[in-house]
Amino acid sequence: MSSKKNKYLSPEQQKYQLIAQAREPQRPVLLNSIRAFVVGGLICVLGQFFQFIYTTYFNFTEVSASNPTVSSLVILAVLMTGLGLYDHLAQYAGGGTIVPVTGFANTMASSAIEHRSEGFVLGVGGNMFKIAGPVITYGVFSAFVVAIIRFIILELGGM
Amino acid sequence: MEKFILAFLVGGGICLIGQLLMDLLRLTPAHTTVSLVVAGAVLGGLGLYEPLIKFAGAGASVPISSFGNALVQGAITESERTGLIGILTGIFEVTSAGISAALIFSFMAALIFKPKG
Amino acid sequence: MLKGHQSWVFNSRPAVLACGTVGGPFEAQGPLAEDFDILHDDMWLGQESFEKAERKMLEEACEKAVEKAGQKGADVNFHLSGDLMNQIISSSFAARTLGIPYLGLFGACSTAMESLALAAQLVDSGAARMALASTSSHNGSAEKQFRYPTEYGAQKPPTAQWTVTGAGAALLGAGEEGPRVTSATIGRVVDMGLSDPFNMGAAMAPAAVDTLKAHARDLEVDLFSYDLIATGDLGRVGHEIAKDLIEEKKLPFPKERFMDCGLLIYDKTQPVHAGASGCACSAVVTFGHLINRMKRGELKKILAVATGALLSPLSYQQKESIPCIAYAVSIEI
Repeated sequence: MSSKKNKYLSPEQQKYQLIAQAREPQRPVLLNSIRAFVVGGLICVLGQFFQFIYTTYFNFTEVSASNPTVSSLVILAVLMTGLGLYDHLAQYAGGGTIVPVTGFANTMASSAIEHRSEGFVLGVGGNMFKIAGPVITYGVFSAFVVAIIRFIILELGGM
Repeated sequence: MEKFILAFLVGGGICLIGQLLMDLLRLTPAHTTVSLVVAGAVLGGLGLYEPLIKFAGAGASVPISSFGNALVQGAITESERTGLIGILTGIFEVTSAGISAALIFSFMAALIFKPKG
Repeated sequence: MLKGHQSWVFNSRPAVLACGTVGGPFEAQGPLAEDFDILHDDMWLGQESFEKAERKMLEEACEKAVEKAGQKGADVNFHLSGDLMNQIISSSFAARTLGIPYLGLFGACSTAMESLALAAQLVDSGAARMALASTSSHNGSAEKQFRYPTEYGAQKPPTAQWTVTGAGAALLGAGEEGPRVTSATIGRVVDMGLSDPFNMGAAMAPAAVDTLKAHARDLEVDLFSYDLIATGDLGRVGHEIAKDLIEEKKLPFPKERFMDCGLLIYDKTQPVHAGASGCACSAVVTFGHLINRMKRGELKKILAVATGALLSPLSYQQKESIPCIAYAVSIEI
């Protein structure tokens, strides 16, 4: 039996992979899911709280409050990363800490802190976007494609 | 208070999707966040993400998918004002606070902190 | 002397004159803490980077081994060493400090036994009077190079392993007392098409079994004659798979005396997922704990089978699978 994925594997290799898969401890998917949901939800609640503070006590509107809200979460995440706490929370929460914008801040802070030993220009500067790069690259590129398509459709629709 | 509950549920839900992408589809964290950002951009272009933000507040604006939406909104708004070139000039307009803050404070963290292992 | 196809028998039985083992704070909390010569409570060793700390540990392990043997570094003919860093800088820079004629090796986590086998061959064949075999690894430098920055929040799966922060060295030469290296089997690179760098135990198990089979065949030895057979760092997952493979290949094997260094060095309360890994894993457990047990008379004949995953961060990104290798060395007292 061979599948497309195993096209380049010999029968012996395929047989071994079945043995290895049988012995692989299952990831606790349900437990991980619950933890991700709860921690992720709580981080968003914290964001909502910041938003409430900024709209109520400072002169921000619902829309413009997202700037200080995101910035506050970013600062918090960077601080927790620097103090060595974020990675422990992340081992527990998985997606709950990776998906919020705090995860993005953590990728940049952890890379910057780690590569300090290589100097501030090449080390910190050169590695800052090492893990965050894909998010920015694909975010910008997909936004570009979506905006272009929309532009073309509307222009054609307007004609 | 209802806002907080909705933020918790929707935000938790998006994080749950991310967790399932990692555990069931075996995507790396990088692939997972990229998928969510692209999804956010597509939904934003279709006009579906803004209503989600109105509905769930921080539950939709805190996850990384809102980054994709914000990039698209910036591009669209600026292109409606100045034409095609607006797509390029407007992309980072809405998200600049997040990226700038992350960069600036990460740099400051590198000045102060050492990795703890 | 060559025996069989890929094994050596050391007729002069080079003696393990002395060993040096160094560990970090995490290892100090484990059950084998007593078997370390030097334990550090700071993973930086007061240095400016993880890489500098790793080479300092390697220097310490080597100097300790030479000192315990009552020898001088200047009298050691050759220094064989390797580690996980790109261009094996930990070994090269430690060799610079030690000043002994140097042979750099790369066997990933199997380097301890690769270096020991080669050192024994040099001494046995008369090509060296004394040869020093060493290796090191550091959790911070390994994570930084192979996976993610240490403070990055990625969730490690249950198959992941924890790289040991430590270094081990063994000085071989002519001697009358103490443990002797009696034979070695050089492994082939085995690749079963696995490509998950967070599950290296499964990738390495076939290489370990391949080398065990070759050892039994070449040396015509009954594996039951060993008091202990220890793999380097297969971890919980790889070790179970190895047992499955041994059974499947119908290799006569003393299962109750089959252990894994990666499962011995940390205790169950330490958060290491599937167990320990890293070049230092097999080195510190074999050169420290197991050699000490032999000196106490608890073990007379052991087989250390160190396993290594020969991937690089680049090969993984280019969608390559993980080729692995294992070296077996027998030590008797």
